[in-house]
This record gives sequence, structure tokens and C-alpha cells, in this order.
Amino acid sequence: MASGIDELRQQYRRMLEIRRFEEEAARAYAMGKIGGFLHLYIGQEAIAVGVASATREGDYFFQTYRDHGIALALGMTLEAGMAELFGKDTGCSRGLGGSMHFFDPEVGFYGGWGIVGGHVAVAAGAAFRSKYVGDERVTVCFFGEGATNIGGFHEGLSLAGLWKLPIVFICENNQYAMGTPMSRTSPLEDLTLKAQGYGMVGDRFEGHDVSVVKDRVKTAVDRARKGEGPTFIEIETYRFRGHSMSDPAKYRSRNELEERKKKDPIAIVRQRLLEAGVKEQALLELEGEVDDAVAACVKHADEAPPAEESVMWSSVHAPTMAVPADRLPRGVVRVEEGSDA
Amino acid sequence: MREIRYREAVREAMLEEMERDERVFLMGEEVGHYQGAYKVSEGLLARFGEKRVIDTPIAEAGFAGIGVGAAMTGLRPIIEFMTWNFSFVAFDQIISNAAKASQMSGGRVPCPIVFRGPNGAAKQVASQHSHSVDPFYTNIPGLWVVMPSTPRDAKGLLKTAIREDNPVIFLEGETLYNVKGEVPDVEADEAIPFGKARVAREGDGCTIVAWGAPYYVVLDAAERLRQEHGLECEVVDPRTLRPLDIETIVESVKKTHRCVVVHEHWPYGGPGAEIVDQVQREAFDWLDAPIERVAALDVPMPYASNLETLVLPNVDRVIEAVKRAAYL
Repeated sequence: MASGIDELRQQYRRMLEIRRFEEEAARAYAMGKIGGFLHLYIGQEAIAVGVASATREGDYFFQTYRDHGIALALGMTLEAGMAELFGKDTGCSRGLGGSMHFFDPEVGFYGGWGIVGGHVAVAAGAAFRSKYVGDERVTVCFFGEGATNIGGFHEGLSLAGLWKLPIVFICENNQYAMGTPMSRTSPLEDLTLKAQGYGMVGDRFEGHDVSVVKDRVKTAVDRARKGEGPTFIEIETYRFRGHSMSDPAKYRSRNELEERKKKDPIAIVRQRLLEAGVKEQALLELEGEVDDAVAACVKHADEAPPAEESVMWSSVHAPTMAVPADRLPRGVVRVEEGSDA
Repeated sequence: MREIRYREAVREAMLEEMERDERVFLMGEEVGHYQGAYKVSEGLLARFGEKRVIDTPIAEAGFAGIGVGAAMTGLRPIIEFMTWNFSFVAFDQIISNAAKASQMSGGRVPCPIVFRGPNGAAKQVASQHSHSVDPFYTNIPGLWVVMPSTPRDAKGLLKTAIREDNPVIFLEGETLYNVKGEVPDVEADEAIPFGKARVAREGDGCTIVAWGAPYYVVLDAAERLRQEHGLECEVVDPRTLRPLDIETIVESVKKTHRCVVVHEHWPYGGPGAEIVDQVQREAFDWLDAPIERVAALDVPMPYASNLETLVLPNVDRVIEAVKRAAYL
């Protein structure tokens, strides 16, 4: 099926872009071009790209601080992402958010949130909006298995279940909450057992195959879009790097990592494309294009102007009509009603 | 002008703004069928239905977060905390999310939301239910903090808060709901701008800055100071603590040369200390005496009535402070 192959090729390109983007980010981090925390998604790409394939324009997406993958999967540009990591004005959050706080409402991405569990109810709020105005937008909320123990998770799912909000909760279970394996943090092995307690459907599967992710998530997205309520999905996955750049991941064995790398989601798609008749040469060309695009985004980020002090001040508050201009805090810009600034 | 109660003023503001803008909704515990724990939302469910007047389970972090997400995607939520004491379990939603969304997205995702409810000590509700939360929230850039003392200010400022494109912390006086005062007719549609203090009483003897419940303590003290000492105090109510109208306060101090700040929050830091800091720098050459403060005593609120009375600012303590500032 040609359309199937085309989609798979697109997914392969997107997953590879995310992988190469993050490899370059790690390199730039080591060179001191990126500061703060940097949490890589390497190994989990099939989930972000599968979810992006299962949803549509207008849907809302919320993620934790491990947010590069989904933002790029949704179509945020590599330039906007890399420039944000470099703290530049052309970054997706004007250099004010950094790695943990990517935002791009134009592709439906409402953040990159840094406090574990804190964004779960916020995502439910976007879904609440869909129900309130009566449109068909669906919200997808990602978090790790480590978030399933904190109160914010509980209250977010509890209200979403109560009000049958159009939302899909995706737990990316990458086995370790920072350095602590789930066996030491949860009495459950199957986290979807929690779904019933919130009055919602649960689903659970492995996340290294982008096609499986797309199909299973699509079922949940369709359910939400039809007004049949939320779903809690646990996707088993694995990050190939540490929790963040400062984590050498000594809590797991080299053997474990090597075993997991045999299920590299990108290698799986590549193999499937070859089996479907796509020529090796065509894939090499695609890979070359991705390498060029990522190199170009690094060059852009290097050369982009630094973050602006004026934006730092003026974005603390939205341009507002409630506060008279002569009473605004320093640097805050007031926009008169009717102006299109 | 007609007279209505503070409670009715808050309700009118919500009702009028909900009629004006379909994106506005009220969410909180007991706001609908129960008609509000303090009857502030009485009648709103009948008027607007369950879609827009939404009872929640006891889950402040959850429904505050729902409000934040709804605001980020285009609605204009009013989130009621039954009292501000319960906002502490939703602190992360207010501080990490509502106050940060706009700036950490580079200005791309504003968060137009009002968090409101009763603030401060009531009558013998003891240590966990008697907080004045103004110091906690005024410290946070990204939030406006409003604390109206009169029915007119409550209505006019809440209307502004609901129309505002940023998160607003709206602190109602728990003991002020029955206070009556003049409020303009509905047709006037009065929305009072943030950042404009109100001079409640004019005088040249001493400036007293006060907001919330202590505002009424100060008015009584000012009257006694006139009668007993012939001292005319000027009482300034900032009305909004962030943004703070320091200009009006400083202007008054330049006239009276003396300043006393009276507040219900604890003495360590907070808007009370902030006002003292700004006044001493802006009006140092005009001051004839150190600036005085009257605050709650620095203890968790005790239950016993006699001790609660001791802890809260009262007329005698205000008079003593003014006398020290005026060298009487």
C-alpha cells in the first residue's frame, strides 16, 4: 500500500530528525552551548511520532520537561527548537523557557512543564475547554511512570474521569523515575489498573513500533473525540540515555541497555521500509537530508541573536487593558484596545 | 447610589461579567447547588446552569489546574477557593503554572484566570483557617493581587479582574461579606482599574495605609484620633497590592510627614514591609519619624476569643502606633 509506505517513510524521517536533533543537542551541551537541564528522549521516538500520526490539527498536547520529541513530531521547526536550547530570541519560547519549556501553540503544543504531575490537570483544563465550547478537539497529556504517584496526577485523572473530558493520558513508562526503578516506587506492575479507579478505559502495550503506537492511540483519540471519555494508556518504553545530561545511569546494567537497544524504534522502521521495497539508496538520501537539516538548525541557533531583555520583561504579563500604563511594573508593555500588536 | 452588601457586590460582578462574556465560568466547591459556602454565588446556578456554574469535588489542585488549562486555551475561568487557606494545596498550579505560562512561553500563551475567595481571619476558626495570604502571592511576578475593602471596590475591581488577560489573585475579606456600602447602578458598569489607590479619608496629621479587614479598624482609629487628639489622619487604601500605587501613598506622606502601615498579615515581609521600604526611599527627606507598622502578632492564630482579639490589629494598637509616629 503506497500510502502506508509514504506514511512510514514520513514517520521514519520525523523519528530520525528527533534522534539527530537530540544527539546534536547533547554535543552542544558538552560544549557549553546549552545550559541548565537537558532531558533526552532518545529511544522513545516511536511514541511521539505515533501519537502525532494518530491525532489531527487543532488537538492539544501537554508534556513534561522531556518535551523535544513531541514538539518536533507535531511539526515545530528544528530551528525553533535548537535556538530555544541555545537561549536565543528565535527559539520557540524566545529563549525564556529552555529545554524544559518548549511551547508552540501553532502546532498545538502547550508546553513543556517542569514540575512532575503539575501539568496533568492543566491538560485536563484544555480538554474541559473542548467540552465547554462543544468542538471536537482532543487533548493528549504525556507523563512518565514516575508521575503516577504524585497528587497532581490523581486529581487530574479524577476530574477528567468525572466529567468525561476528551483527553488521552499517555504514561511513557521508561522504567526509571530518574534513577529509581518502578519496582521500588509502585505496588503495581500494570499501571492501567489505576484507570478503573478513575472511571476510564485503560490500555497497555510496548512502544517501540510506531505503527502499533499510532493504531492503539488512535482508538483512544477516537473515543475521546466521540465524547466517550478519557483513556489512560501505559506505553512501555526505554530511554537510551540517562535521566538528564548529568546522569551516567549507573543504576542499570550495560546488558540491560544493550538488550533494549535491539528494539531501537528507528532501526525497526528502517528495516520495515527495506522489507517493503524501499531501496537502501533512497534511505541513505533521506538520512543525508535529515543530517543536513539538523546541521542547518545548529548553525541557525549558533548565529541567532541572543534572548531579548525587553521580551523578558514584557512577557511576564500578557499585554493588558486592566492596568493603566503609568502603573505598570518596569518593562511591561501595554497594548491599547483595538491595536493589533 | 444604592447600598448593597460586599457579598452581593462580588456576586453582581460575576453575574454581569458572565452575561457579558460566554467564556466566563465559575468553578469551585459548593458554588452551585449549595449556593456558595458564604452565599456569594447564590442564584448563579439558576441563572447560568451547570455548564457555567460548576461544582467540583474537594480537589483544589485539580480544579485550579483545570482552570489554568482552560484559560491557556481561550476560556476565562473564575476559580473559587472556599477560603484562601485551601489554596495552599493548589499552590503549584498558581505559582508554577498560572504565573509562569506567559513568560516561559515567550509571551505566546497567556493565562486569563481569576482565583477568588475569602481571605484572612474570621471568628475563632483557629490556626489552619485564619491565614492572610497576601504576602505569599504578592511576591510572585506574573500575578496581580487585589484586596478590596468596600463593596464598591469589590465589584469594580472584580469586573476588571475578569476582563484582565492575566492571572489575578482576588482576596475577599471573610469578615467583610456583610459590610454594606454604596455601589453604582448596574448600568454604570463600573470597572475600577488596577494600580490606583483610594484616599478614604483626608488629613494632614499622619498617613495610614490599610487594606482588607483592618481598613475598618483604621477608620475607627482615625475618628478617635481626631476626637481625642485633634489629629487628622489620611487613610489610603491601596486596593491592589500588585500593582501597587506607591505614588499616591508617597504623595500623602509628603503632606503628612508621617506614615503607619496596618495589615492583617504577619510582620515578617509581605506588602506591609514592601510599602515601608518604598516609602522610606521615595519620601526619606519628608519623613519626620520612623514609619510604624501594625500587624497580626507573630504567632499561628489561637482559637480562644481573647487571644484572637489580641493577635489581630485593633484600634488601640493603631492609635498607639500613630501616636508614636506623630510624637504625641
